[in-house]
Amino acid sequence: MATPADSALKAVPAAKATPWTDPNARAYLHIDHVTKSFGDFKAVDDVSLKVYKGEIFCLLGASGCGKTTLLRMLGGFETPSSGRIFIDGEDMTGVPPYERPVNMMFQSYALFPHMNVEQNVAFGLKQDRVPKAEIKERVATMLDLVKLGAFGKRKPHQLSGGQRQRVALARSLVKRPKLLLLDEPLAALDKKLREHTQFELISLQDQLGVTFVVVTHDQEEAMTLASRIGVMNQGEIVQAGTPSEIYEFPSSKFVADFIGSVNIFEGKLVEDEPEYVRIACPELGGTIYVSHGISAAPEATVWAAVRPEKVFMSTAAPQGADNVARGAVQDIAYLGDLSIYLVKLPTGKVVRVTQPNTSRHAEAITWDQQVYLSWDATSPVVVTR
Amino acid sequence: MVVFLPYVWLMLFFVVPFVIVLKISFADVDLAIPPYTPLMQWTENNVLAIKLNFNNYEFLFTDKLYLNAFLNSIKVAFISTLLCLLVGYPMAYGIARAKPSTRNVLLLLVILPFWTSLLLRVYAWIGLLKANGVINNVLISLGIIHDPLTMLYTPFAMYVGIVYSYLPFLILPLYANLEKMDWTLLEAAEDLGCRPWQAFYKITLPLSRNGILAGSMLVFIPAVGEFVIPALLGGPNALMIGRILWDEFFSNRAWPVASAVAILLLILLVPFMMWYQSIQARESAGAR
Repeated sequence: MATPADSALKAVPAAKATPWTDPNARAYLHIDHVTKSFGDFKAVDDVSLKVYKGEIFCLLGASGCGKTTLLRMLGGFETPSSGRIFIDGEDMTGVPPYERPVNMMFQSYALFPHMNVEQNVAFGLKQDRVPKAEIKERVATMLDLVKLGAFGKRKPHQLSGGQRQRVALARSLVKRPKLLLLDEPLAALDKKLREHTQFELISLQDQLGVTFVVVTHDQEEAMTLASRIGVMNQGEIVQAGTPSEIYEFPSSKFVADFIGSVNIFEGKLVEDEPEYVRIACPELGGTIYVSHGISAAPEATVWAAVRPEKVFMSTAAPQGADNVARGAVQDIAYLGDLSIYLVKLPTGKVVRVTQPNTSRHAEAITWDQQVYLSWDATSPVVVTR
Repeated sequence: MVVFLPYVWLMLFFVVPFVIVLKISFADVDLAIPPYTPLMQWTENNVLAIKLNFNNYEFLFTDKLYLNAFLNSIKVAFISTLLCLLVGYPMAYGIARAKPSTRNVLLLLVILPFWTSLLLRVYAWIGLLKANGVINNVLISLGIIHDPLTMLYTPFAMYVGIVYSYLPFLILPLYANLEKMDWTLLEAAEDLGCRPWQAFYKITLPLSRNGILAGSMLVFIPAVGEFVIPALLGGPNALMIGRILWDEFFSNRAWPVASAVAILLLILLVPFMMWYQSIQARESAGAR
């Protein structure tokens, strides 16, 4: 239940009581130094992770990053080469899929084509020898929950993609698993349906309180669904955190670049004070001033990442010498709600700027126009790798 | 023209011979060339007399020999089909689950026997199964047995021969069916609490039903009328309808009776062929 006090807490992320910031919280899913090798190739490389009860944890990464292998190890379809997996305190490392308190929703949905919707959903309960009357009741409740109450007698091939997705969801949730694994749950749906279904998934998860681990390559999906995101690259989790942490405080160039779009300027640390740093950046043709200290060696090569929506664009020269560049508009993409500008600096670097189209009759900046770019001292994120 | 050609072919080589056989089945044995009475005859006063002799059919139903041969043929074909399924299902399954590169090699091995004549292959089995054949010699030299086993000219040899010869007809359609299987369904079943064998029984088996039926029909239908294998391997007691047909035709020169046997055999098998056709139609329509 959301009380006014809760929502007040939510406004201040640092003060919000979250299990992952509480050192005493018990992990519901604990992945402990898990590695999976196929021959010489390490698909998953020494991953450790704690997921807490009621979370929607998204494993996000490009294809081949090891996220699906990790998910399959949670489901029991692959055995880790080393490391252990604990679910609700129990060691599940070598337990076969049919004995795990875990269910999976497959990317292809894997609905049984020779069974109707009810039989598909009832399958797992029958397998567990749940009494007939109870099966009937639980299946009906589940189908109502996913709004498929009227479709019980249909075969999977008589359903639309979105309906099949919901049958798959119902089938994997009806056994009340401790953990629900979702492999690219929305990838097969079209964009409109996907957005709609994202919110349905969240509300369903909220009602049932099941812990979700979702694998996706779609960062927008991850941002919408997740309580926390684990960004994976080459078998490792490179950063785990809330969507806003990942977006606003990426820990590396890779994460900054992978989530959303970003302008990355390479430079050298010239002033390194506890309250601020100044970076000389030949690509920019100037200096970048950041209003917080970082931990890096003096003279070190660092990268400053600035999000396109945090770059201001003007025709008049802004004040100050830091965080300013001048360039010519090379390209404009009008997206309706906002416009994307690609501005080419004299150094050849192309900077991406997005501006909301707040006015219908704004004085338009056009192609080849000379503009000034600037940003606040709080905007850049400085990463050292 | 292109469409027309197959029909001409069917007319010439299927319908016409069938009509001839049908005609002979209504004739009577005669000491003539060919050895049966004509169906139509001009009698006095320009009357065309058509004489339909149903005695052949009546004879088939009165003499227990033919009924027993029919029943025995069906029994042998049925048991052979079951044996083929027992041997062929694991093979088809194995091929379908093998790596694509291995799959082609395995399929080639299944088809390979077709490159030699059936007769040669059946004769090869005689060499393997006879009293001083390869199998007996090996078993004796290994000291497992002391006297040669009687295998040739037994039902055992006949079933070995039939299963061996018809196995590819079962494996190929079954493989074609299993190859289309979505194996994540088995993972889904295991995820929902099935042990691997339960997943096989509840998912793989029902989904491969059409493949099982199609393959079984392809074994059963020709096996009912099988003549060569029972004659060569089965010995004198293997009472098969195909063999009766041969004996009536060539030994007894009773063409009309032989034709009647052939017609009855066809009538017996038509429902199975129609069933097979409907399975094929369903399979290609993709409906389960």
